[in-house]
Amino acid sequence: MLKIKNLHAQVGDTKILNGLDLEVGPGEVHAIMGPNGSGKSTLASVLSGREDYEVTDGSVDFDGVDLLDMDASDRAREGLFLAFQYPVEIPGVSNMNFMKAAINGKRAHAGLDPIKGNDFLQKVKECASLVELDGRLRDRSVNEGFSGGEKKRNEIFQMAMLEPKLAVLDETDSGLDIDALRVVSQGVNAMRNSDRSFMVITHYQRLLDHIVPDFVHVLSEGKIVKSGGKELALELEEKGYDWI
Amino acid sequence: MQTELVDAERVFLFDRMIQMGQTEEDKLLNEVTGKSYEFGFTTDIESDTIAPGLNEDVIREISAKKNEPEWMLEWRLQAFKVWSKMAEPKWAHLQYPKPDLQAISYYSAPKKKKELKSLDEVDPELRKTMEKLGISLEEQKRLSGVAVDFVMDSVSVATSFKEKLGDLGVIFCSLSEAVQEHPELVKKYIGTVVPQKDNYYAALNSAVFTDGSFCYIPKGVRCPMELSTYFRINEAGTGQFERTLLIADEGSYVSYLEGCTAPQRDENQLHAAVVEIVSLDDAEVKYSTVQNWYPGDENGMGGVYNFVTKRGICHHRSKISWTQVETGSAVTWKYPSCILKGDDSIGEFFSVAVTNNMQQADTGTKMIHLGKRSRSTIISKGISAGNSQNSYRGLVKIHPGATNARNFSVCDSLLMSSNCGAHTFPYIEASNPTAKIEHEATTSKIGEDQIFYCQQRGIDEEEAIGLIVKGYAKEVLNKLPMEFAVEAQKLLTISLEGSVG
Repeated sequence: MLKIKNLHAQVGDTKILNGLDLEVGPGEVHAIMGPNGSGKSTLASVLSGREDYEVTDGSVDFDGVDLLDMDASDRAREGLFLAFQYPVEIPGVSNMNFMKAAINGKRAHAGLDPIKGNDFLQKVKECASLVELDGRLRDRSVNEGFSGGEKKRNEIFQMAMLEPKLAVLDETDSGLDIDALRVVSQGVNAMRNSDRSFMVITHYQRLLDHIVPDFVHVLSEGKIVKSGGKELALELEEKGYDWI
Repeated sequence: MQTELVDAERVFLFDRMIQMGQTEEDKLLNEVTGKSYEFGFTTDIESDTIAPGLNEDVIREISAKKNEPEWMLEWRLQAFKVWSKMAEPKWAHLQYPKPDLQAISYYSAPKKKKELKSLDEVDPELRKTMEKLGISLEEQKRLSGVAVDFVMDSVSVATSFKEKLGDLGVIFCSLSEAVQEHPELVKKYIGTVVPQKDNYYAALNSAVFTDGSFCYIPKGVRCPMELSTYFRINEAGTGQFERTLLIADEGSYVSYLEGCTAPQRDENQLHAAVVEIVSLDDAEVKYSTVQNWYPGDENGMGGVYNFVTKRGICHHRSKISWTQVETGSAVTWKYPSCILKGDDSIGEFFSVAVTNNMQQADTGTKMIHLGKRSRSTIISKGISAGNSQNSYRGLVKIHPGATNARNFSVCDSLLMSSNCGAHTFPYIEASNPTAKIEHEATTSKIGEDQIFYCQQRGIDEEEAIGLIVKGYAKEVLNKLPMEFAVEAQKLLTISLEGSVG
């Protein structure tokens, strides 16, 4: 699904990723942990194609296509989804119009006609119930006036709508209370299947109690320094990152 | 593409012919083009154009060509006298070469072949032009209930739905026709809202206006359809001086749409229009404009100069609502205003003004509160891109007699690049202590984070910008009638293509 080889990236003159290697197979859930400044969010930004980040070396193969060769919107259309740590507000653009534009962008890329109104509404209904997003939130402008928890639920709602091949969750647990964490995790778990992969970037073990990973990787100074099963996360929780 | 070039060339040649005087060859050419027209093939529409220049004789000639009554000519001459003593205003935040008003031809009318009773009789050339502009009559017909008074180079050539409106006593025709058919109404109201001496360009318009629309809604009549006029400038070097007079009698209602677009030209074209609205007691007028005249190329070459005076007067309990989406013109100078003369009268101004490349716009509104409890709302959304300059200029004036007057203003500016400018000049003059005036203003730069967020969901950059801008302007776009709103949204996106930097 995803093969990252020797990835180097920098912002301005600051090198952040220094030869990162990672393989994610179909249906697998990988947790990426690590201390502040280790490059976790940079990895998410580089994969999703944010322009401020310059890739200086390495390659990323995404289901047979060269990910780094595409712009951000084509990466999304190929099935890469990023749940943002800080989702932005877009005043005046309704969540529904936004989703429709996104879905139709993806469909056009795949050579399909725009989605039919009824199908779209049906899908909205299903996906909204997945993360308990009520009608009021669905009909408002994108993230405008949403609480932190509502924004994160909206991210998972969008993920469900877009049915990505690979979803990268960037510190989705930050700023969530325990109920919101449960709802968001439920949504993610419901989306898990044998084809869809997840990369869960987090600081804390507690999210991994809800979304149980197949693999855990520790990132430090822009490289993966340790990999293991879900037990590794518990060990990190106990001993901290200095232990590695 | 090729045919378009040929057309443009032919128009150019045709203009030269008129300027140089006709040779034998020209006569022959004229005959040929005239012939093919007879057979119904598309060619240039013959124009009846007065030689460039402005003096009393030209005004007499315009008036004579239009077969106007003596009072109309006198009114024009009076305006010319006033204008001759005026100087061009310099206070706007605009820079442009002063148009040479002696180089302009003040009259250019497509020659009428015969009276037109239905849309099918409209000249194929005209219809082709409209289709190019995306305003085909077919489309207009589908947009049910829209009566269209199409104005090309100052003379109306097609009027539809006239009979239906006639049954209700609604008069909707060209101003020239109104001068002939309803002189008492024209005489009573023309110049009462925008007097001849109002300003330099309004005075010029008063002297030389060639045509425009006239609309009268009788007492208590609710006009059942949106009234609509499409303006366009055709001949190169022909200034367009439209004059619109709209009268809503007591207790009536009308929604009026005005849209315009001009083809690409290399020389600046001057447009100095006047719109006057009279909203009598308990009447309501909604006036919507989508303006997308040629803005000039990315270096600022060419483009229309749009110096417009639009004003309405509200009597007791009446309401005038201006909605405008401005994306075109090289230079815009425009302040649709309301004189809130009557008690409990209401004035509204909703505006989206987009400037890109080298465009300059100085636009806004004036709300003059005279009546007790008069209220006004101003919502202005400026969008600047490229190297453009976008200014909001507004005046809220509360006169001593306007007890308990209220105004609420919002002026937002959105910057799309680092080289553009957004400026706000709000003037507030309150001479009554009971007045309540609120003013909010914001300036923001389009967020790269917002664009990236959209892209990450599979929406490409251009579409993302369109979405964000439409969202920003939504409050105003929502005020437009449905069919206009769609056109306006398309325009916003087109105007801002490739503009983020």
